[in-house]
Amino acid sequence: MEGLLPQLEVVRKDFPILTRTTPDGSPLVYLDSANTSQKPQCVIDAMVDHLERHNANVARAMHLLGAEATEAFEGGRDKVAAFLGAPSRDEVVLTKNASEALNLLANTLAWPGVHQVGAGDVVVTTEMEHHSNIVPWQLLTQRTGAELQWFGITDDGLLDLSRIDELLTERTKVVTLTWVSNMLGTVNPVAEIPRRAHEVGALVFVDASQAAPQLPIDLAAMPVEERPDALVFTGHKTVGPTGIGVLWARADLLEALPPFLGGGEMIETVRMERSTYASAPYKFEAGTPPIVEAVGLGAALEYLSDLGMESVERHERTITAYALEGLQSVPGLRVLGPTDAAGRGGAIAFELDGVHPHDIAQVLDSRGVAVRAGHHCARPAHERFGVQSSTRMSSYLYTTPAEIDALVEGLEYTRSYFTLG
Amino acid sequence: MSSELDSLYQEIILDHYKNPHHQGLRDPFEAEVHHVNPTCGDEITLRVHLVDGAEGPVVQDVSYDSVGCSISQASTSVMTDLVIGKPLDEALSVHEEFLTLMQGKGKVEPDEDVLEDGIAFAGVAKFPARIKCALLAWMAWKDATTQTLEARDG
Repeated sequence: MEGLLPQLEVVRKDFPILTRTTPDGSPLVYLDSANTSQKPQCVIDAMVDHLERHNANVARAMHLLGAEATEAFEGGRDKVAAFLGAPSRDEVVLTKNASEALNLLANTLAWPGVHQVGAGDVVVTTEMEHHSNIVPWQLLTQRTGAELQWFGITDDGLLDLSRIDELLTERTKVVTLTWVSNMLGTVNPVAEIPRRAHEVGALVFVDASQAAPQLPIDLAAMPVEERPDALVFTGHKTVGPTGIGVLWARADLLEALPPFLGGGEMIETVRMERSTYASAPYKFEAGTPPIVEAVGLGAALEYLSDLGMESVERHERTITAYALEGLQSVPGLRVLGPTDAAGRGGAIAFELDGVHPHDIAQVLDSRGVAVRAGHHCARPAHERFGVQSSTRMSSYLYTTPAEIDALVEGLEYTRSYFTLG
Repeated sequence: MSSELDSLYQEIILDHYKNPHHQGLRDPFEAEVHHVNPTCGDEITLRVHLVDGAEGPVVQDVSYDSVGCSISQASTSVMTDLVIGKPLDEALSVHEEFLTLMQGKGKVEPDEDVLEDGIAFAGVAKFPARIKCALLAWMAWKDATTQTLEARDG
């Protein structure tokens, strides 16, 4: 099949978990990568090696291991900066996950400062966000008296830009949106929206949790007016470990925002009357950071870069097109979101007439096929399409066409099991 | 593969799923609750109507409106069969029995005299992800019943 990763079978051997079987001996068909991705051996090895040979706390330990651990941790930051094409490594803040990165932004904007959000201001998000890019902004607007407004979704599953002039006004202080929807798969216009929002002086934040695993990102190459002011993603969806996320934000924004969490490592001087703070990114990294996780994330992003993000993107698009075709051959199946692979990511949510997503996932699981069932932390988007929950398959760089076939066969079996066939 | 699946999806469960009993929201009622399963989004609105009997309260009606998977829908239907018309004390002990079955990791032998169609859920206990589905309505009923009793005593 044209467009798949070259030597896909060799790439799959990098992921030890893909060789395991279910208790009854069926091969594992892992189609839940938008939930979390599997890890290549090099990531596992980098983390084990760090713990076996270089473990110490960072920055404050004045000894050999402390120096090595600091170098390894900061090396992780460098690799994140390189992966994103960040203009400066000091713009990369390492957090616990993408949710913490978004909460950091929403929380610090509540406090006095040039970017403070207050009564009468408007924050704009979209109906297709993950809950992690909704709830922090509900908290911010509720606490400050600001107003939360929403970009809707068209019937085709695209962002509805018809009200853009009403949503983007001089009252708009923040626009926050996902690059790629975790439910609909939609790829949003992340150049046009920043350009329009910057014209009214708003900050633009992009949730790249689903984009970073599958699209090339080059922040420095983006025209300044189209570049978001901040972008977040999580380590575990980019073949890295859990427990680490990334906030990239432009240097002067990080400088202008007040600290988020207080504690060790984020200070300059602590006196009993008041403290002064370290400069970014350390100002936002209170306490012992996720050190071995940063090592693992660095190895993960290098692994992706070695494969080439253009190749990963092409692979995802090829598999997604094949999956869309296969899924739509199943009677009674409706794909939620765009049905053309060209403008979408690798997560495909769908409904199957007469069978609840939970039951679909259960029957598929009995055949070794792992998918997700539920609202995928995107309940507003489900409500938009009048469904309570859906089943979602999500592929990644290691997914084969044969695994998509196994899914489609599993869905046919599901229909017959519930006597719909 | 199929036998494992069949132990979960018993005929009785699929029958209740396709033809649920006591469905719909009815008057009168003393308490109405709304419960959700946050992991999958299954939802139920459930009402309880108690009346006084010779030896304490009796479950006169349990009515509901719900969306969810086959396990949660069938469990709701079976529960209404089991508790409606029973003295509250007896209904609560059926609740206890069902809870014990669900938390028994598949090792508890269900008592058909007490649980009737509810014994079909014995297989669910072996699927940790589905236990919450089977318990959604039971938890809602317990909550609504407690609220009713509190309002009476208060």
